[in-house]
Amino acid sequence: MIEHLPALMIAVPLFGAFVAPLLKKKGSAPAVWAVIITGVTLGMALLLVREVLAQGMMVYVFGADKPTLVLPSGYRVPIRIIFEVDAIGAFMALSATLMSFIGAMYSYSHVRNETGLEKYYALLLLLEVGILGMVLTGDLFNLFVFLEIAGIAGSALVGFRNYRGEASEAGIKYLIVSAIASLMVLFSIGLLYGQYGNLNIAYLSTQIGFNTVDVIALGILFTSFAMKCGSVPTHHWVPDAYTEVPSGINPTLLVATYASLYALFRVSFSLFGKVSSGMSSVGWIMCVLGVLTMFIGVTMALVQKDVKRLMSYHAISQTGYMLLGVGVGLAVLNDPAKLAAFGRDAMAGGIFHIINHIIYKSLLLMTAGALFYVTGTRNLNEMGGLARKMPYTTIAFIVGAAAISGIPPFNGFASKFLIYETSYQLSPIFAIFAMVTSVLTLASFVKVFASAFLGPPVKKYEEVKEVPRSMVVAMLILAALCLLFGLFPNVVLDKLVYPAVDALLKLGSYQTWGGIL
Amino acid sequence: MTWIESLTLNSPSGFWNPIVWLAFLIVFALIGYLIYSRGNRSYKPNTDQVKPFLSGNEVEDVEEIRVRAGDIYWGFIEALKGYYNALMRMHTGDVRDYILWYLGLGAVILFVLVGGV
Repeated sequence: MIEHLPALMIAVPLFGAFVAPLLKKKGSAPAVWAVIITGVTLGMALLLVREVLAQGMMVYVFGADKPTLVLPSGYRVPIRIIFEVDAIGAFMALSATLMSFIGAMYSYSHVRNETGLEKYYALLLLLEVGILGMVLTGDLFNLFVFLEIAGIAGSALVGFRNYRGEASEAGIKYLIVSAIASLMVLFSIGLLYGQYGNLNIAYLSTQIGFNTVDVIALGILFTSFAMKCGSVPTHHWVPDAYTEVPSGINPTLLVATYASLYALFRVSFSLFGKVSSGMSSVGWIMCVLGVLTMFIGVTMALVQKDVKRLMSYHAISQTGYMLLGVGVGLAVLNDPAKLAAFGRDAMAGGIFHIINHIIYKSLLLMTAGALFYVTGTRNLNEMGGLARKMPYTTIAFIVGAAAISGIPPFNGFASKFLIYETSYQLSPIFAIFAMVTSVLTLASFVKVFASAFLGPPVKKYEEVKEVPRSMVVAMLILAALCLLFGLFPNVVLDKLVYPAVDALLKLGSYQTWGGIL
Repeated sequence: MTWIESLTLNSPSGFWNPIVWLAFLIVFALIGYLIYSRGNRSYKPNTDQVKPFLSGNEVEDVEEIRVRAGDIYWGFIEALKGYYNALMRMHTGDVRDYILWYLGLGAVILFVLVGGV
């Protein structure tokens, strides 16, 4: 059964998505079903991580037991759909399944009073399928297909509250942006297929010559994935989408965004990694975009009055840290001394920040969802004195705000600490921007805390009370993870992050399917 | 890996350990307590003494005197008006502009990569 895990990771949530609409008239059955399916997928992801870390890369070939067609001449070429799961893929799969499970649990109460819940949960599971497919596949065309699945499911969920004009608008915007990015990805895949006659990433990476057409394909792939992951200046869709999507979907949508970031890293390190000298300028572009993303994101967040919109701009800002961390590693990829001195640690900081950010940003967006649940508004000007009424949400918010601001001993500090130190060694300006961004992040969360939770009680909220238990449990699980990942950073780095970084750096292993060839 | 090692985060030029942070926290808490213990003993909680001084005027509605989110950091935003004006022009909310930014970024990246800058 273990050898079929990569396929089951897709099959189980896909089956769950098809069954969910059948539970339409069964009360809360679709919600329970989604929690069960996401829970099973999380269990499988844990098994997958254990297997990949113990046995190395897993290669799964659909419809055959061998990944290649061998001609009588001895020429071997991959012709089938192949999933190639290394440590970074397993790391992303674990993030996706964990957040889908937490999101389903939170949604149980959060959207209970909405209609069309069977569609909601079917789409949540489809979104999970899209993300898992993107991070597990070893085939460029499959990557495009799963990118589309995630994009369509995500846009439908953004527009889920279709009685709100803003939600419909945000859904359509997300759909357009996703469609354009996906089609341009398909166009660049076509450019590579036209030259090399194959779609397998490992095979293509052995063939890439970095000619002008390759560089154009790389440029288009880079721009498209940068837009999908919310990098400045193509970040505009993020606040619309994250603000309007129900808070239970926020964690999964965040991971969907970072699946595009993963695709950007995969393209940079695995597909084009052979030409490491040529990738230095791509690394510098990534760093500059990272710095712009973090700074513009946080300064835009500071002026927001809508609590979810404020947090959405922070999501953009935090993506900048990941781009900066991994960009530093990419910039020194062709310099083994610098890569060993600080490049690998910079990448570890960037990738560690992915899972840290997914945890604390989901937590913060859930606290924003909790505020909306009890007050019926997202406008911070209309809130006040809620700390007394919602003690668990307040604790969860404080933990999340401290983590995102990089305050020890929470998880955000651990990854930012690595990014500050390593980016300083490439260019001190980068580190200065990163630290100023953290200060401004703290400032804007002080604003949220002061205006929503502190201050005199507001009369119209005299009767409000803490949110239902399933929402509280989901928030407290994430708050506990913030503290655990911050207190034991070395465990996470050692078991999950450094293997993921090394998977990106060890191109030889990827090109030979972990030694199969 | 020992439990101390699992708590320690090594970086290229240093390390971080929450136990060190905890030790500092305890020291600062002690200093804080020392300052607090030397405070004015005539302080009486739950009396008029702790109410905000508003020139003797009664505060009829506490909601009216709370600082709203829009007022926080007003000075900061005012000081950076030029920067924020440029940012606001960038964030039109028009999906056609989103695509233009995408094309612009793509053009710059292709110029840098193909041009070999």
